[in-house]
Amino acid sequence: MAVELDVFVGNTTIMDEEVYQLWLDGYTVNDAVKVRMEGGVMEECEASADVLLSDTMDQYRTFQMCERLLHSPAKLANQLLFQIPPNRQAILIERYYAFDDAFVREVLGKKLSKGTKKDLDDIGAKTGVTLKSCRRQFDNFKRVFKVVEELKGPLVENIRQHFLLSDKLARDYAAIVFFANNRFETGKRKLQYLTFQDFAFCAGQLINNWTVGAVDNMVEDMDVDLDKEFLQELKELKILITDKDLLDQHKSLVCTALRGKTKAFNEMEANFKNLSRGLINIAAKLTNTKDVRDFFIDLVEKFIEPCRSDRWTAADMKLYLTHYTNSAHILDTFKHQVVWDRYMGVIKSCIFKMYHD
Amino acid sequence: MPGKLKARIVAGRHLPVMDRASDLTDAFVEVKFGNTTFKTDVCPKSLNPQWNSEWFKFEVDDEDLQDEPLQVTVLDHDTYSANDAIGKVYIDIDPLLCSEAASVISGWFPIYDTIHGIRGEINVLVKVELFNDLNRFRQSSCGVKFFCTTSIPRCYRAAMVHGFVEELVVNEDPEYQWIDRIRTPRASNEARQRLISLMSGELQRKIGLKVLEMGGNAVVGYLQCFDLEGESGLVVRAIGTACTLDKLSSGSAPNTNTHMSPLAHGCRSTHNSPVHSACSSQRLSQNFSVSVPTLIFTGMGSGGSAGKEAGPLKTLLRQQTQTALEQREFPFFTLTSFPPGFLVHVGGVVSARSVKLLDRIHNPDEPETRDAWWEEIRQEIKSHAKALGCHAVVGYSESTSICEEVCILSASGTAAILNPRYMLQLGLEADGRWCVLFSRFEEPSPPSCGFCHIPYDELNMPFPAQLTYCYHCRRQKVPDVLFTTIDLPPEAAVTGKGCLIQARLCRLKKKAQGEVNATAISNLLPFMEYELHTQLMNKLKLRSMNALFGLHIQISVGENMLLGLASATGVYLTALPAPGGIQIAGKTPGDLSNEQHILTIQKRINDTIAKNKELYQINPPELTEEVVGSPIPDPRQRSRLFRSHSESSDEVSELDLSHGKKDAFVLEIDDTDAVEDIHSLLTDAPTPTGFYSCNTEVMPGIYNWTSGVQMFTSVRVLRLSNANLTNQGLNKIFTDLCENLLKSFYFKLRSMIPCCLCRLNFTVAVPEEELIQVAVTAVAMTFDKDQTQEKPAEKAITKGLSAASVDYGSFADRCSTWLELLRLKAHTIRRGSVKTSRRTHPLPEGRSRSLRSNRSFAGGSVTVVKMTPLSFLPGTRIIKYLGIINMFFIRETSSLREEGGVSGFLHSFIAEVFAMVRAHVAALGGNAVVSYSMKECVFMENPNKNQAQCLINVSGDAVICVRETDQEPIPSMTNIGQTCTSGTDGAT
Repeated sequence: MAVELDVFVGNTTIMDEEVYQLWLDGYTVNDAVKVRMEGGVMEECEASADVLLSDTMDQYRTFQMCERLLHSPAKLANQLLFQIPPNRQAILIERYYAFDDAFVREVLGKKLSKGTKKDLDDIGAKTGVTLKSCRRQFDNFKRVFKVVEELKGPLVENIRQHFLLSDKLARDYAAIVFFANNRFETGKRKLQYLTFQDFAFCAGQLINNWTVGAVDNMVEDMDVDLDKEFLQELKELKILITDKDLLDQHKSLVCTALRGKTKAFNEMEANFKNLSRGLINIAAKLTNTKDVRDFFIDLVEKFIEPCRSDRWTAADMKLYLTHYTNSAHILDTFKHQVVWDRYMGVIKSCIFKMYHD
Repeated sequence: MPGKLKARIVAGRHLPVMDRASDLTDAFVEVKFGNTTFKTDVCPKSLNPQWNSEWFKFEVDDEDLQDEPLQVTVLDHDTYSANDAIGKVYIDIDPLLCSEAASVISGWFPIYDTIHGIRGEINVLVKVELFNDLNRFRQSSCGVKFFCTTSIPRCYRAAMVHGFVEELVVNEDPEYQWIDRIRTPRASNEARQRLISLMSGELQRKIGLKVLEMGGNAVVGYLQCFDLEGESGLVVRAIGTACTLDKLSSGSAPNTNTHMSPLAHGCRSTHNSPVHSACSSQRLSQNFSVSVPTLIFTGMGSGGSAGKEAGPLKTLLRQQTQTALEQREFPFFTLTSFPPGFLVHVGGVVSARSVKLLDRIHNPDEPETRDAWWEEIRQEIKSHAKALGCHAVVGYSESTSICEEVCILSASGTAAILNPRYMLQLGLEADGRWCVLFSRFEEPSPPSCGFCHIPYDELNMPFPAQLTYCYHCRRQKVPDVLFTTIDLPPEAAVTGKGCLIQARLCRLKKKAQGEVNATAISNLLPFMEYELHTQLMNKLKLRSMNALFGLHIQISVGENMLLGLASATGVYLTALPAPGGIQIAGKTPGDLSNEQHILTIQKRINDTIAKNKELYQINPPELTEEVVGSPIPDPRQRSRLFRSHSESSDEVSELDLSHGKKDAFVLEIDDTDAVEDIHSLLTDAPTPTGFYSCNTEVMPGIYNWTSGVQMFTSVRVLRLSNANLTNQGLNKIFTDLCENLLKSFYFKLRSMIPCCLCRLNFTVAVPEEELIQVAVTAVAMTFDKDQTQEKPAEKAITKGLSAASVDYGSFADRCSTWLELLRLKAHTIRRGSVKTSRRTHPLPEGRSRSLRSNRSFAGGSVTVVKMTPLSFLPGTRIIKYLGIINMFFIRETSSLREEGGVSGFLHSFIAEVFAMVRAHVAALGGNAVVSYSMKECVFMENPNKNQAQCLINVSGDAVICVRETDQEPIPSMTNIGQTCTSGTDGAT
């Protein structure tokens, strides 16, 4: 004797958020039932394991049927098959597009290609995320990437409109798309200490300041590609390190301002030229795609690591970079103030964000 | 040329990709009515085509308008090969033919294909212009309103109830024309869908004609069913109650609605066992009949004289009414709920079943044979009612169960005495006389107990019953137990709460053919009926209740077994005596271990009864002995309950147990079967805390519903792996199946607690030899826990008020809804203002307040359509009935595994059916379906071939309802609020 068929369909589609999460996390029906049993839901309603199994299967089926719609969330609102209250729809979408930070950290900056998809089982094993969930997350990234690739207008806004995501999640997706498009290196050992949120923040800075969209907001790919003209102009900053006078002048201005304000003053003074060269060289090289990819590793190697070995505090860092940026304005022979601000503004906030253990 | 039908195809959306090369579709639409077809242009390379067609005009007879559906076919244009069909929409235009219903059909319809399911949506506009005075066309019956609702629809007043109407049409089943050829699934399914649509239209039209002849203007309690007889044909039949309804002006409180009054009568029911006599002359059928619940024989057709010796007044009244009703062929009413004053007394349940052989129909294409069969059954029901001293049958319904060539026809109802004022005038006497008589008669019966008083004569009772004086008025006699098929009259005084009571039974039978098979089934039926009643009675006692409402007994036939399922809602009627306990008696006294065992069981039973009393809050006021004492000389002091295993009925041996509680039921344990039975009696799991369940419209004892409503359909099929099952084993399996289903519901709906499952409608079937299928449709409704105790005081007094306003109109509830509404509005506005600053993306803007503007716009969002099997939605008022929804769908697949197996297949099909019902209702301008039911769910599978097929028939009434506090039609405010909110969420 076996249950051959077992369905339950509500006029308003019934969805249990807990089960939805288990489904999203890639649990099999049986594993999900186990988790639910341990969660104590049975006592709550005098249910038996059979009841739980039947309910879980129903819900899984419902989710599978909905999945097609979730791929283009706008459809969810005007499809007729499932009557889902709008607030529920929002939850369904938001959860479906949510991802594990551990997982995204692994694929961040990688090409969203079949090749990467093949490695998902390794990533899954490493991060403890089930393969099924890895696939969903990866496919979500890819889907969002493909859709916004062809759209004009601001990236975050496009994502939010097309996928009906919350602001936060849309920004995260923008970061993922941005990283995937520019193929930023994030996997090196030295970068391991950085979290996805660190990178997402930096991506936001880059998108808002260094892309074409930062100046012109009606171009294709405007938020995805860095502003080529700007990158070209960055070469001009080299004068700050090639011109000996300027370099000395800059150093003395910064040192005057910093003296007595920090314990790390001696180290700052000693390292000024090295650090300045590091930052300006990064700027000068950004016209090469290869160097764009290494942007974050360069920041860490050329700036963050030396400071860290000198035991600067976060406050020291802030103080130093603020004065470093501002002092350049006082240099009379330095004419590239606009480019300098556009560059240093981003560098400053990225380093602030990235300067932690 | 009495009518012009106009249709316009606006747009499509979410179409499937038909051209793999381009990933697009070149769609066009064919619009067909009768034999006329129009086509739109091809809209090339689009999955969201905009046709914006001209108005296609069909000039047709109104007869055709009633019969035919408008058929919209979406196709993919293909230059080189035949055009591929994407799918179809059938639009029933009947609602447009009635001036009071919908005026236009406009909206997004799912494009349905019987193989692929829903494939995108199409926006269609339909209008009808009728030219002539409708009544001159006797072949058509435009303008007659149909309602599935089994009470007088809210917002109408019944000026007259004319009585029973029935009709039956037969046709060849297209499915069986394929037998010699290769079957093409799509063509075959579509032919069937179309045929059934045509037949339903024709049936409705014919019934409408009968109603017009009777002078009515509406059919209430319209029940239409399909019999898929197989080779002998396809039958569509319907019954209903013809009425003359007056529309209440929308402003006025829905007065006389539905709600019936005090009068009614005592019920005692009979149960007469297998009558081998009588029956039809044809050899191939055997009849027997039963009326419920104590067991005696009632010879068919006897007992017509009941009541003659009663008081002159009573008799006079009865004779008057009787003559009135006898002129009518069948004094049957499909209503389960009545206007005040309609129901005078209730006698008990009457039912009849008959086994027929379909392959013996002489002229299968003609309806005569089936007509004769039903005629026979109805005659029997009529005579049973007479035997109970009643002249009418209310809560009447008919059903069939077919397995191969055997067909069981069943009919059941509740014998009752009705108030003649509501009958069609019989010409002769001025009804003034009746009224006088009536009112004088009525006086002594206080409102709340009248219907419990016995309608039959106590000296000439049709069955042995234990009568006492009514516990309410102390004047009239009442029976100790009352079974009925109707809803609990709202004025009836109830102690505590009610609950769902089910009796379940399986009986194995040998596989056989033809007459042998029919005889075997006929022989089994009375025993099944008897045992089901025994179970019901025991369970009723166990819950310390004394009456059943909404009793529905279904017997389903399979090749090697019969399934019986009886569902009802048990209550404690204050007017009836308290039920005695259940007493266990051993047959072999002296056996110590056995006695010990009996004691344990007895204790468990007593404990259960005590627990149930607490659970259902049954604390009737204690009465003094002298009032209770039965004035009727009854040789047998207690009713006795026998186990009937096989040859039971002759075992009427006297069993004198002088000890034990008075009135106790005696359960005799004489074999292991009985022990198991008692166990199964006790294993019915109690409903979890916070839940109640019933199969009637509403739960007796709960009066303050809140707005949470969740209608659902659940289907379970069990495969019996063990071929050597015993009856007992099967019973256990079947009982567990039903119990587990209920448990699943409670679990799934736990977030709605406190909540009540209402109108739990179980349907059982034996689709194949080793399969048992149970399909359930019900609605879960939330209520306010704190107010359940007391029936609002006003209720009993203000008879005139509708249940709607009384039940949910408690002040607190109104306040809270109102506040909630305010909050929502405020919320919406706040969110809205945020939204304005944003860019507007094609986010559906059809979410406007107004219902009309909601529809018909491309990209507009979806109107929320609530569905319920009840005749109302809590917290709302129905302001308009838009017409009947009666839809039949077939879905088939040859890639069962790929669609998620049988469960996946059926799950999406049921979801699709809901979606199509909602879309049709929304297109009519409605926002809810009431009295929704799934009449048929026939599921067939062939896993080896990776195939499955399912047929579903659903019906209901499309309505517009508004919040009780609102004046204009605002579709479910809550949802609108949420829509706006989330729309903003999406954009924030």
